[in-house]
Amino acid sequence: MQTTLAKDLAERQALAHSLWQDKIQADVYITIGMGTCGIAAGAGDTVVAIQRELDARGLKVAISQVGCVGMCSYEPMMEIQARGRERINYGNAMAKYVKEIFRHYFDEGELRKAVIVGRAIPTISESHGHQLHSLSFVGPEDGQYIPFQSKQLRIVLSNCGLIDPESIEDYLAVDGYSALQRALCEMTPEEVIAEVLDSGLRGRGGGGFPAGLKWRFARQTPSWPKYVICNADEGDPGAFMDRSVLEGDPHSVIEGMIIAGYAIGAEYGYIYARAEYPLAIHRLNIAIAQARELGLLGENILGSGFNFELQIKEGAGAFVCGEETALMNSIMGERGQPWPRPPYPAVAGVWGQPSNVNNVKSYAYTPRILRMGADWFKSLGTEGSSGTAVFALTGQVERTGLIEVPMGITLREIIFDVGGGIGDNKHFKAVQTGGPLGGCLPRTYLDTPVDFDSLRAAGAVMGSGGMIVADETTCMVEFSKYFMQFVVDESCGKCPPCRIGSTRMLEILERITEGESTLADLDEIKRLARGMQQGSLCALGQLAPSPVLSVLRHFEDEFIAHIEDKECPACVCKALITYRVIPDNCTGCMVCARNCASDAISGEKLQVHEIDPSLCIRCGLCYTVCNFDAIEIISPR
Amino acid sequence: MPIHLTINDKAITVPEGATILEAAGANGIHIPTLCHHPDLTNVGACRMCVVSVERARGVQTACTTPATEGMVVNTMSPAVVETRKFVLEMLLTDHPNDCMTCEVNGDCELQDLVYDYGVKWPEHNGRRHQYEIDPDPNPFIFIDRNKCILCGRCIRTCDEIQNRSIWSFANRGFESKLVAGADQLMLDAGCESCGQCVAYCPVGALFDKMSLGKGRANQAEKVRTTCGYCGVGCNFDLNVRDGEIVRVTSAHDAPVNGMALCVKGRYGYDYVNHPDRLTRPMVRVKWLDAEKVAERVESGQWTLFSEAEQRRASLSYRRTSGDGKSVAPNPQSQISADTFVKTDWDTALNVVAHKFTQVKKELGGEAFALFASAKCTNEENFIFNKFTRQMLATHSIDHCARL
Ligand SMILES: Cc1cc2nc3c(=O)[nH]c(=O)nc-3n(C[C@H](O)[C@H](O)[C@H](O)COP(=O)(O)O)c2cc1C
Ligand code: SF4
Ligand code: SF4
Ligand code: FES
Repeated sequence: MQTTLAKDLAERQALAHSLWQDKIQADVYITIGMGTCGIAAGAGDTVVAIQRELDARGLKVAISQVGCVGMCSYEPMMEIQARGRERINYGNAMAKYVKEIFRHYFDEGELRKAVIVGRAIPTISESHGHQLHSLSFVGPEDGQYIPFQSKQLRIVLSNCGLIDPESIEDYLAVDGYSALQRALCEMTPEEVIAEVLDSGLRGRGGGGFPAGLKWRFARQTPSWPKYVICNADEGDPGAFMDRSVLEGDPHSVIEGMIIAGYAIGAEYGYIYARAEYPLAIHRLNIAIAQARELGLLGENILGSGFNFELQIKEGAGAFVCGEETALMNSIMGERGQPWPRPPYPAVAGVWGQPSNVNNVKSYAYTPRILRMGADWFKSLGTEGSSGTAVFALTGQVERTGLIEVPMGITLREIIFDVGGGIGDNKHFKAVQTGGPLGGCLPRTYLDTPVDFDSLRAAGAVMGSGGMIVADETTCMVEFSKYFMQFVVDESCGKCPPCRIGSTRMLEILERITEGESTLADLDEIKRLARGMQQGSLCALGQLAPSPVLSVLRHFEDEFIAHIEDKECPACVCKALITYRVIPDNCTGCMVCARNCASDAISGEKLQVHEIDPSLCIRCGLCYTVCNFDAIEIISPR
Repeated sequence: MPIHLTINDKAITVPEGATILEAAGANGIHIPTLCHHPDLTNVGACRMCVVSVERARGVQTACTTPATEGMVVNTMSPAVVETRKFVLEMLLTDHPNDCMTCEVNGDCELQDLVYDYGVKWPEHNGRRHQYEIDPDPNPFIFIDRNKCILCGRCIRTCDEIQNRSIWSFANRGFESKLVAGADQLMLDAGCESCGQCVAYCPVGALFDKMSLGKGRANQAEKVRTTCGYCGVGCNFDLNVRDGEIVRVTSAHDAPVNGMALCVKGRYGYDYVNHPDRLTRPMVRVKWLDAEKVAERVESGQWTLFSEAEQRRASLSYRRTSGDGKSVAPNPQSQISADTFVKTDWDTALNVVAHKFTQVKKELGGEAFALFASAKCTNEENFIFNKFTRQMLATHSIDHCARL
């Protein structure tokens, strides 16, 4: 393979840039969000429909597939831009609405089912003579940022939705691989580490350990070979930040890993991605092949004498394999179980050699930091947590999705401004960060700044980016039981405190939700939690009690109501509720009786109906189907 | 470079690379363990060996943490004791309350620790595993997964000592379970029945099937012996109860083999008390004085080795145990010149000595060639050598291991 020199790369970048300009300034430029989320919502069919529509209109334009812009609730999403006209992003762009969208854009037709998400404006921020391209959305009428975007700052997600993730040309066009060029040709490994250290970048996998420090440790271990490992296991329920980055911008991760390899002196890298992410793996494979083709992977990269190769390792989908030592065991073909530290990965990791494990986003930030400078990154976010935070915002908020916000933003801003608050006139109850190893915070903590240290001080954690919002219809005991069930399913089983302790804890929570518990069980929960925290081998077992403890701390009254009064205040726990007909509201329409699967509802037509609690299985169907709000849930029974 | 550290206020020096556990052990400080065994790699699974280390977060496992310069260790801090008790309690919540009838009662590492730390067997209505007991037809190895504490010692033993890698864990979390191969029967998974895993199991989850119900460790006397099967010279302990060998246990201090034994050494002892075992020398009738034979057989001092007996012996040779009944010799059966007579040692040795002398006299020592058995001990081989060269006067001596 011929070596690509720095000047060759510059030429390729210039060429890519002009191709990019041609593309976005074509007669018509159309993009469609083709992340897993978009595809699941039907984007594949949309592409076919768009092509059909283009053919019908005799338009010869290429459709560009891009990653996900994070607005899950609007998928599938497409953008149209005709030369000289505004670029509009349409949501709910199902195949069957494509015609209507075209009519709207080109013929001033009316939109019925599809919606305008916003006017998409490519934005470019500059620093140190480098550019950060990204996409913003403003309302077509008022020209203001749409609410979902108003408080966001897209850095690590900047390319998601902007470029075609399967095109290295697109990546080069937005300054891709220029950080690698800078690192390899203009900086020593120590200087790279110093820059990353100076930027204050903390690992985004949950622990928040300074990335530069980790790299320095790996560099300092006098042993060879060394390995660079990207943790793309992402096992938190409901979290999909890393998937979106890999699907929408795989080259940035690869570029970050090569830079890290150069910095620590590693010539080999693994990307450990869960096999449930086939699209991410597919795009990574394409990106790796493209980078290799261009000489950005392989030997003597950019004529610097530095060699680097990369391999994807598919994980079988165990949460614990996101723990770095379990991950490395899994790479080596061993059972996915953690090992006690020491030895630390930087000293003896995969194959017993120094290894550096970082999260997907940690690597993806790196090229941006080297391009825009440590000072720029430091200027974003807070003193102790520079840069931005990426969250998968889920649960009972109006706008769920993938968001990137500056560190230091408050929980309230995220939930109410970005997420649009709680729908259906319901009230906010709690927010859980850090997934099954994190904690929940109640209303009184809404003004807590979101950064590593403030969240920890408040009793939650940053985690790797899951954020679940709960409203008043959530039973917090049930909520904590869900996470404990998750731990029971995912504990690797190596050490007794976690393996058995989690099962015992779950049994107690089950007893409580079934109304068969005593107050002594609350002490028992605390005792088990202490044993698990103190005795478990890895952070999974050590942190597994956190969700329960945080609920116990902030919502103890709910526990007590379950135990003492056999009452589930949110009317969720089946054993503690009963369904009843409100006679004044019941019209005797019989809808409930017809739908009841266990024939528990009786009553003549136009007569008030009645539910037999001994037959009722508390599935809640009658409550859902009644058109007259005539069914109420009562707890205690 | 030697490492200096303090354990329980005692200043200690150990070589670089020693773990806290080794440092403590070498200085008479006991730290409890379950998943650790000095012959095996350390995995830090059971959490029993935790200790407090100054300036380190939480507790550390002594079996995996290397001693470092200036380290200050407390092996009995409140957090340590609390953690150990918690671990034991958790293990017991998923362990049968069966010490009364357990084979390893009194010889169980879990039981000892539970006793030391005063942990009670917890009654509860939660989940306890109910695995089938003795589900595997392997003739030598008994499994009771309900007693397994998932320490993984058997796995590492098979992997690291025996190099067979039969055992592993299946499933995750509370459902983790010891399996052979891909959850197969042991023999199907390639087990060669050496019983090494049994020897390393700290509890009664793996046991020697032949010894079930034959006597616990405290009921048997241990007699150290050298294995008679081959010339390696493995040592082990015969567990003898009321004059009967009830079990073979390997001994960590055995100089040649340590804990390792093969299937024959560990399980091939049933011949000792087997009814078919030949316990008296047999001589063909033609080498004896016919009258004497008749007279001694008549008086019951000698007996004839009948054809039926011979047949039965060759059959039961392939069985693991005989039915215990010996077939009565039938004096009416035809006595031929080649029939064996069970005589006494003096008679038999006299026949041999007589023949040797005769051959040596007629043909000289060079007429002999001697072949030693690989089963002989060094001492026996020494005597054999002397006998060959000095008594028989020949240098034609060799050893079957050269074949
Ligand atoms: C149970 C468990 C699961 C984890 N899962 C992930 C994961 O999915 N992705 C990740 O990047 N880090 C995960 N981590 C954290 C990793 O162990 C490790 O700290 C991280 O990958 C380091 O990268 P960073 O420094 O860039 O954060 C997990 C940790 C634990 C204890
Ligand atoms: S804490 Fe849980 S996940 Fe971690 S090693 Fe122990 S059993 Fe496995
Ligand atoms: S069978 Fe014995 S040695 Fe094997 S894991 Fe279970 S307790 Fe440990
Ligand atoms: S003996 Fe150290 S963890 Fe088991």
